[in-house]
Amino acid sequence: MDVYLDNAASTSLRPGALDAMMPYFLKHHGNPSGGHKEARIARQAIEESRDSVAEILGCEPSEVIFTSGGTESDNLAVRGSLVGVEGRALYSAIEHPAIMTTLEEFNAQEIPVTSDGRLDMVEFRKALGPDVQFVSVMAANNEVGSIQNLAPIGEVVRELAPDAVIHTDAIQAAPWFDLKDVTAAVDLLSISAHKFGGPNGVGALVHKKGTRLAPQQTGGGHEQERRGGTQNTAGIVGLARALEITVAERDVEVPRIRALRDQLAAGILSGIDGVTTTIDLADSLPNICHLLLAGVESEVLLFLLEKEGVMASAASSCASGAIGLSHVLAALGGDAAKATGAVRLSLGWDTTQADIERGISAVVSSVATARERSR
Amino acid sequence: MKVLCAMSGGVDSSVAAAMLVEAGHEVTGVTLRLWGGQSDSGCCAVSDTDDARRVAQQLGIDHFVFNFSDEFDEKVVAPYVEAHGAGRTPNPCVECNRHLKFDRLLERSKVLGFDALATGHHVRIESVDDELYLARGADYAKDQSYVLYMLDQEQLRECMFPVGDKTKAQVRELALKLDLRTATKAESQDVCFITKADGREAFLSDRLSLTPGRVVDTEGNELGEVPALELITIGQRRGLDLGGNPTRRFALEVNVEAATVTIGEASDRFVESQSFGQLRTAAGQMPIDVFVQVSAHGKAMAATVEQNLITWAGPRARVAPGQSVVFYDGDRVVGGAIAEL
Repeated sequence: MDVYLDNAASTSLRPGALDAMMPYFLKHHGNPSGGHKEARIARQAIEESRDSVAEILGCEPSEVIFTSGGTESDNLAVRGSLVGVEGRALYSAIEHPAIMTTLEEFNAQEIPVTSDGRLDMVEFRKALGPDVQFVSVMAANNEVGSIQNLAPIGEVVRELAPDAVIHTDAIQAAPWFDLKDVTAAVDLLSISAHKFGGPNGVGALVHKKGTRLAPQQTGGGHEQERRGGTQNTAGIVGLARALEITVAERDVEVPRIRALRDQLAAGILSGIDGVTTTIDLADSLPNICHLLLAGVESEVLLFLLEKEGVMASAASSCASGAIGLSHVLAALGGDAAKATGAVRLSLGWDTTQADIERGISAVVSSVATARERSR
Repeated sequence: MKVLCAMSGGVDSSVAAAMLVEAGHEVTGVTLRLWGGQSDSGCCAVSDTDDARRVAQQLGIDHFVFNFSDEFDEKVVAPYVEAHGAGRTPNPCVECNRHLKFDRLLERSKVLGFDALATGHHVRIESVDDELYLARGADYAKDQSYVLYMLDQEQLRECMFPVGDKTKAQVRELALKLDLRTATKAESQDVCFITKADGREAFLSDRLSLTPGRVVDTEGNELGEVPALELITIGQRRGLDLGGNPTRRFALEVNVEAATVTIGEASDRFVESQSFGQLRTAAGQMPIDVFVQVSAHGKAMAATVEQNLITWAGPRARVAPGQSVVFYDGDRVVGGAIAEL
């Protein structure tokens, strides 16, 4: 069996989510916008899912828009807030490409982060002003796992840029935190089901009442005219059920995953020289172990790890499958920006103690092999 | 053997991988991401990577993508721009083979534990007296030995060129027989980082400040002007026909420092000898009497080579400085170098 340590990219589907979805694949295939019984069954499933997601995230059900995933949620947040609006946008230097590339269409300014991956509040304050119309700061980073404190970020935006719509990409944070405080601090919040044991291809955007949002996908007035297109009933049901299970297990799962992650990092750090954690693990998401490695290239390490049956990743992958140069490591500066090798090992709900032990031995032996052969 | 097969997404490397699988090797495919900018197709476009990946899937082999775009910028693109800036005519495909495919990738293949690196180049390897030589591909029209002349004994030992014994027609036939999706794909011909739409001029003008120059004849008489000396290639005729003169004239020399391009009649282009630098020999001493090829698909001409000088059997046009000159003994590459003024 392979050891899967790439859960920040995608998790395996929780059996409970699959069970919840099955009736909507096999039996209740009605269009939720229709008027007959099958349609009503589908619609009810979506609305019950919406109620559940809203309660978990700390918003009203009418404030939840279901989308096709994280990228669509992020795109809708950016374009929906900025199309036809004069003014500037601000974003952190470690945002996901779904935010960064979309913001290229607008007058947007990047705000640096500190070496531990937190928004530089001094620079952020300086950049804010009444002409700022949109701010996007991710709740937790997908590569290195750094966490932002959104409450003070929200406060300073309200003070200095009262017209700004505040968005957070909470896609990586959603499995691990109670997001109610984050939701309270922002106007828009993105999540994606496949990061917490739900299916690929479904996500949500929390859209707080009174926040301007121009629909970017138009059609039959679905999702209260904010996102046209027949809803993915099974996917939405799977998202909600996966999130419910995640929240129900969180008190047990977070400490379990954190302990496994710490064990993984400690095992690797004590097993080989020339390896450091990219940011302090205490400040990182509990499931991400991001390491900088001297004397071994990321592509080499990932290849050798795969040969040992361990799936991991480095920087974000581009469409061709090549490992792109990480804008996140560049933004952290210092050792992170100079590292020849980096690897992200990320744990998920089904990661076991045995996975961690195999992960440690595979990383230790792969790094040793790569260094030996590179001599 | 464990073989890493470089797959560009074209038919030759697709068939190379298929032949290796057929021969019972443990094959892994790899596509290089080299150029991050605009491209018509070449080695690096996403669609070509997809083609390579789909062929690998058809063959049931693993496929990876390695990102060497930094090294490509540093070792191929920057020197290309710099050479044009100095009035030379570089050959980026030669430099890509020298620095990327048969250095960076070959080293990478060893670190990953492969026994050999294979590509879809139309070349063969011949063994003579325990020495290995790169040799022309069976299909002379598709022969690529010119762009691979730099391979040394060690590299030749570690490389495989499965399609070198086949004609292009045979390669396509095999691809069709195996139902490979790249069987009828058109070939990439031009420099992969220069698009047809924008061309060399736009590429260079974004990266160089182009120097306007005076056009002079061999006596130094000023005849006119050109907008960019860096875009003139020795032997070029277009854009220099300044009217009034009934005989066609050619660029003989570009001097960026003096901001001149010297032109002359056809007969002025011909030289008895040609100097070169950066000689690489295949194995030990090179024979003195060789055939010399000066472009990727040009005809090889008889010459003698001693020291850093080619003496042509008969007069022939001067080779643009920066171009590769490749020395052949029959079909075998015995050496190669870079033409100098």
